[in-house]
Amino acid sequence: MSSATRATDWRFATVAAIAPETPRAATLTLDVPGWRGHRAGQHLDVRLTADDGYRAQRSYSIASAPEDEKPQITVQELEDGEVSPWFVQVAREGDRFEVRGPFGGWFVWDAAQTEPLFLVAGGSGIVPLMSMLRHRRNQGSAVPVRLLLSVREPDDVFYARELETIGAEVVITYTRRPPAGWDGYARRVDRDMLQEVALLGGRAYVCGPTTFVESVADLLIELGQAPADIRTERFGGG
Amino acid sequence: MDHLDGNAAAGELSEVFTREATAARATCAGCGTSGPVAEAMVYEAGMGTVLRCPACEAVLLRLAHLGDEVVMEMRGVRVIRWRSGPG
Repeated sequence: MSSATRATDWRFATVAAIAPETPRAATLTLDVPGWRGHRAGQHLDVRLTADDGYRAQRSYSIASAPEDEKPQITVQELEDGEVSPWFVQVAREGDRFEVRGPFGGWFVWDAAQTEPLFLVAGGSGIVPLMSMLRHRRNQGSAVPVRLLLSVREPDDVFYARELETIGAEVVITYTRRPPAGWDGYARRVDRDMLQEVALLGGRAYVCGPTTFVESVADLLIELGQAPADIRTERFGGG
Repeated sequence: MDHLDGNAAAGELSEVFTREATAARATCAGCGTSGPVAEAMVYEAGMGTVLRCPACEAVLLRLAHLGDEVVMEMRGVRVIRWRSGPG
């Protein structure tokens, strides 16, 4: 495709690689014609078309770093989802589907920023935050960073091994079934937890289901974080 | 239906705005609240995308694909501001 490809142009991406992330999620590496990189935190729009012409469109956050040549998305399979089960259970290398993007200019982080970073993820809300963490690592940024990750059980943690060496302080809370012998947090994110964990006064990014994001953002404001320094992204089903 | 936020509409808005729209600040014509478009409530319906004010829930903007047209109605937005410069 010509160099005139615009982010808004739909084009066919090819699955270059696919790797299970958890029992219910997969990371897909994509070959996208005319891809010219992304900013950490941005997403892609994806469109699947059935044989009868029925179309379903979703947005998926980009997990890979801006420095990576090919974008990666990590898709969590949702029960009764129309689109996500295809990515996790059916898609194979060489499969093609339509994408456009990258998009987003608000929920983004650049390594030129110097404020401390507090990242809060509900489940697969970690995906765009992982792009930020990878970008920070690749750029040698010394910005203090802490990630609070809320998941139901150990099988829901994406990028578990990489998180150990990503250079961030990672705090996990398990809301349903903690691992055996766990002595860390085992409840939903609440005010007490944020009081203990939050890096306040810098930039906070919160990503997850709508109710999770709104509850965390409200609590951060109660604890004194400036609303203008809280960036949120809500995701839904599919 | 649960709402998403303006981030989810970034692709749709990029079809009609040259500048990146989710980082722009919109002022609600109803209640006067200003904030980033990314923080608006977004409802994706069969008809298209609807953005609502997070403070008063009034409709800010509707964007739909109707036949061979893209149709945008945004009388709920009094002002929209972008930072100058690239992006």
